[in-house]
Amino acid sequence: MSVGKTLAEKILSLKSHGEAEAGDVVIADVDLTFVQDTTGSLTIRQFKEGGFEALAKPQQTIIFLDHAAPSPARQLSNDHILLRRFAEETGCGIYEVGDGICHQLVAENFANPGEVIVGADSHTVTAGALGAFATGMGSSDVAVALALGKTWFRVPESFLIDLNGVFPRGVYAKDLILYLIGQIGADGATYKALEFGGDALAQITMPQRLTIANMAVEAGAKVGLFPGDKIAQDFLTEHGRGDNYQPLYPDAEANYEQVISVNLGELEPMLSLPHAVDNVRPVAQLKGVKIQQAFIGTCTNGRLEDLAIAAEILKGRKTHPGTRLLIAPSSRQVLIRAIEKGYVQSLIKAEAIILPPGCSACLGLHQGVLGDGEVCLSTANRNFKGRMGNPEAMIYLASPATAAASAIKGEITDPREISTKY
Amino acid sequence: MPDLVFKGKAIKLGDNISTDDIIPGRFAHLRSNLPELAKHVLEDAVPGFTSKVRDMSLRAEGKAILVAGKNLGLGSSREHAPVVIKMSGVGAILAKSAARIFFRNAINQGLPVLLCDTDNIGDGDELEINLSGGKIADLTSGITLSCSKMPPIMSAILEEGGLIPYIQKHRDFKI
Repeated sequence: MSVGKTLAEKILSLKSHGEAEAGDVVIADVDLTFVQDTTGSLTIRQFKEGGFEALAKPQQTIIFLDHAAPSPARQLSNDHILLRRFAEETGCGIYEVGDGICHQLVAENFANPGEVIVGADSHTVTAGALGAFATGMGSSDVAVALALGKTWFRVPESFLIDLNGVFPRGVYAKDLILYLIGQIGADGATYKALEFGGDALAQITMPQRLTIANMAVEAGAKVGLFPGDKIAQDFLTEHGRGDNYQPLYPDAEANYEQVISVNLGELEPMLSLPHAVDNVRPVAQLKGVKIQQAFIGTCTNGRLEDLAIAAEILKGRKTHPGTRLLIAPSSRQVLIRAIEKGYVQSLIKAEAIILPPGCSACLGLHQGVLGDGEVCLSTANRNFKGRMGNPEAMIYLASPATAAASAIKGEITDPREISTKY
Repeated sequence: MPDLVFKGKAIKLGDNISTDDIIPGRFAHLRSNLPELAKHVLEDAVPGFTSKVRDMSLRAEGKAILVAGKNLGLGSSREHAPVVIKMSGVGAILAKSAARIFFRNAINQGLPVLLCDTDNIGDGDELEINLSGGKIADLTSGITLSCSKMPPIMSAILEEGGLIPYIQKHRDFKI
């Protein structure tokens, strides 16, 4: 028995009503369970096959229609009908086409420090930014969590990511997480928890934390956890649920399988090359690669702060004639605020295409499918072959600043060359 | 419940086969039509995969056994990935390592995933799998491999043929 607990051990001890230590298998209460529209129909079929009719916690169960939003095909429209009907039958919550991406809406409306969240989507890890043990599972596991209000976990060993220093100009949370995935590898943290700590945490904002936690799964991790600190408390207060705040920190004597230290001041803009997220290099080494599409959005980088950076860089400029720039805000709230702040006007004047809030072009089922041989620079989290609808296309991943700068030049561009502010 | 001992033939895959390789997002409209979706399994990554598996079963060569490298099934939580692999006629998966969600999903579908060093298994090798002992005999090369153990709850779920049959029987998790 170790003398102190990691964040993962603390939350799973609390939720399994016992002493959870790395390596243990526990049954934990689930505080929020959700599905989205490409995993939801199988989840419902599994739920019914299991002989279940009622949800254990209808108030803590949500359906999100975000992946095919609006639907491009009758079969997906019919899946939406099935999901709406299930919400009516069971009394669970539902977020409609146009409301936004599940992970953004979970952050805006639901996640709290110390909770357990399971979603039928691998990027459920995003809510780790708020100190929730949030993880993606398949349809059978989520169906059982819907029915029983609990699930089983093997308590993960944790890697401490010790962050120090400050981001230099032009370098963002996205560059940090790409750098880390390059260091750890796409399977380097499989079955593990990434826990973020260090002196730099006090100035890493909630939108930045959401970007970082979102991509923990790209290193194989089960969760990407931040503490429930003042920044989490302020975020909850801003979103009208300050009462849900509880402080959550790892113990000083917690055991970590590895400690990885990063000085933010030494980072530079990074990108992932096709076709692997851990194929990471500095943007400076790829300058001049022509791009036919740039895409700013997704659960990784479709937040207000991301659109602000893109708008600032693109204001008074135009995208390159050979490059389409697609922008998909991550929620309706983000879109409304981006309109109020004038970002959307700047982006449209720069000839960007504004898409509805949702997952959009990220997973290749609609809105921005690439052509044969085309290259896209995306702010998403995955660049696997075929991801954006065409196995003959190439996807690079980078920050919104790099995407905006590259859209102006029509080729991969270091954002520090375009903007002195960002 | 899956057979505890069975023979089959290896179909080798490389490292980092993602869920987008197994079932690309562009087929999301087929996710409520699993037989149709299954026609596209591994379509881009392994051309001719489905007919290869079908031919094996027609020639009564035993079940196809997917033999992958490291980090099999990285990416999405789509359980459709192991569902369509199983539907296509694959009896078991061997891999050096598997992504967390894919591994759990496959077991939840009653599709055995055994983790072992797959480097010395050749494409087309005849394999004998012993699920309960966690042993694989490569009858072509004569080597025997041991697999890493899974947590008892996963073995129990696999023995029942998947999570839904397990829950139908027990109505709860037993650890």
